[in-house]
Amino acid sequence: MGKTLYRKVWDAHTVGTLPDGRTQLFIATMYLHEVTSPQAFSMLRELGLRVLHPERLFATPDHIIPTDDQHEPFADPRAVAMLEALRANCRANNIRLFDLPGGQQGIVHMVMPELGITQPGMTIVCGDSHTATHGAMGAVAMGIGTTQVRDVLATQTLAMSPLKVRNVRVEGRLRPGVTAKDVALHIIGRLGAKGGLGYAYEFGGSAIESMDMDGRLTLCNLAIEGAARCGYINPDETTFAYLKGRPYAPKGAEWDAAVERWKSFASDPDAEYDDVVIIPAEEIEPTVTWGISPDMNIGIGGCIPSPEDARDAETQKAYRTALEYMKLRPGQPIAGLPVDVVFIGSCTNGHISDFRAVAPLLRGRRVAPGIRALAVPGSQMTARQCEEEGIADIFRAAGFEWRLPGCSMCLAMNADKLEGDQICASTSNRNFKGRQGSPTGRTLLMSPLMAAAAALTGRVTDPRTLFEL
Amino acid sequence: MPLTRITSVTGKAVPVLGADMDTDRIIPARFLKCVTFDELAGTMFYDERFNADGSSKGHPIDQACHAGAAIILGGENFGCGSSREHAPQAIKRSGIRAVVAESFAEIFFGNSTGIGLPCVCASRADLAAAATLTQAEPDTLWTVDLERMQLRCDRASYPLSMPAEPREALMQGRWDAVVELMNAPEAVERLAASLPRPHLS
Repeated sequence: MGKTLYRKVWDAHTVGTLPDGRTQLFIATMYLHEVTSPQAFSMLRELGLRVLHPERLFATPDHIIPTDDQHEPFADPRAVAMLEALRANCRANNIRLFDLPGGQQGIVHMVMPELGITQPGMTIVCGDSHTATHGAMGAVAMGIGTTQVRDVLATQTLAMSPLKVRNVRVEGRLRPGVTAKDVALHIIGRLGAKGGLGYAYEFGGSAIESMDMDGRLTLCNLAIEGAARCGYINPDETTFAYLKGRPYAPKGAEWDAAVERWKSFASDPDAEYDDVVIIPAEEIEPTVTWGISPDMNIGIGGCIPSPEDARDAETQKAYRTALEYMKLRPGQPIAGLPVDVVFIGSCTNGHISDFRAVAPLLRGRRVAPGIRALAVPGSQMTARQCEEEGIADIFRAAGFEWRLPGCSMCLAMNADKLEGDQICASTSNRNFKGRQGSPTGRTLLMSPLMAAAAALTGRVTDPRTLFEL
Repeated sequence: MPLTRITSVTGKAVPVLGADMDTDRIIPARFLKCVTFDELAGTMFYDERFNADGSSKGHPIDQACHAGAAIILGGENFGCGSSREHAPQAIKRSGIRAVVAESFAEIFFGNSTGIGLPCVCASRADLAAAATLTQAEPDTLWTVDLERMQLRCDRASYPLSMPAEPREALMQGRWDAVVELMNAPEAVERLAASLPRPHLS
């Protein structure tokens, strides 16, 4: 029997077995940001330990960065303290920091692939659940807690037990107007927000193999929303073409050797999986969430479900809680629901491809009256590309606030927040209660295409109809 | 570094039931604006417990009868969402010493184990029964027994489950992994030398 990529990467990074039975796993690279690392450095200092492999660590500030005015000092003293702690810790330990001045700052899950630091066959961790994103490049990447960040700082290893592997195949051609975001939401809807507990998701099938790298990053980013701690896609020509020429990618003879090595990590054709799920691509519609968990989603043509339709008593209860929080009634069509705010950005959909897809649809059109629309590129590199290609100007002309890079209104740790019970058409990753900064704010997760349609009409709208896709 | 061997937790319980209790609900992002975990005591489930004006929503945690509870009774996929260790830290620093739920999100589970907060699973029916019992008689003392894998009080006993490795780690006082991870530096260095790392070229 052949092996999965997950198993091959795991085996290649295994140091040994710990007394409690867990594996000591070597970590090829760890990424750091300002929210989950300062406590880890403090713990390290308290133990009198040093950073073992600083050359395998890369940092950037993202969560607390304001996206309107980045002149320092920031208005929020707590944000200043967090940023300064990251800077001091990186400086003291000789860790590469992609800081605000320097042109390479951004959301950690955008910056590291863009710079070519994320590479196939690596084990990658970060104190951030959306680390799953990096699996798109054929890496085993997962979110960890702060105590584990300390473990990696001190030892470049972690105590872990292997996950099972579920092969999630999307076969066929996606219909027009259906994006990687819709595929991800559809998979989560189908397998459940807890369906991936104990699993890594290997995404495959012709619909996924034909996605570009940004789409793959979107898909793997959302693996964790289906409870899969890591999601990945086997490295292929799309992966190698994406990496070639990036600043941290191998060059010259090193490049050829690296590609051969990377190819060897792809799952064998006869690899054994713990589970296989096959989804026909043509079943997937532009998809939108209606509730407070990412699996509470429906196709754009659908209606808000009734608790009576739920499969069991627990889900019925969850549906009732969600309907009450979202102030929606069962049977109401989701299309036509008025929104207050539109947010295009985040580590899920803040990529250059996302803005390139939306810009031509906005040309010559205006954001609907009374709608606040934010466009937040995920990184400084993406922001520059958007300026160079005229994309930023199209967004501005359409009435979007064109912002500076950061996590922004995905989790509202900066000033970008919903107010009261506003409804936000959002390209981010979580529709949890209070996620976007107001304890009563409401989030509808959707693709950038659907978010653009919502911005122009002020309502949840099928992008295929509005944009004649 | 000798650590406490965690073999059982005894105390009052408080039900925080419901599926998919995400870490944004356990600790809203605005509380993450800190460079230490020291300020997190009392912040757990904040927006579930308090209205915007600071008035109580009457959450079980704030009912006088559950004051001083040491055990949370939770639902399915407890701790899903963000990897923020602030979530188990806030729970632990608020006086909770064990969480019993139907299932746990992976990262939350690992984070909790790493700080010596046992997360153990019980069936939905048993959790509902335990919650009913503890609501009727909040002073009931429960024991989460990791040796016998039982949740019990003087009137009832329910089976618990947990993966073998973290259970061993807690019971042997090895839950803070860093000690073990430093035991094989040569093997780590050999592997490090054999594995490429990204660099500017």
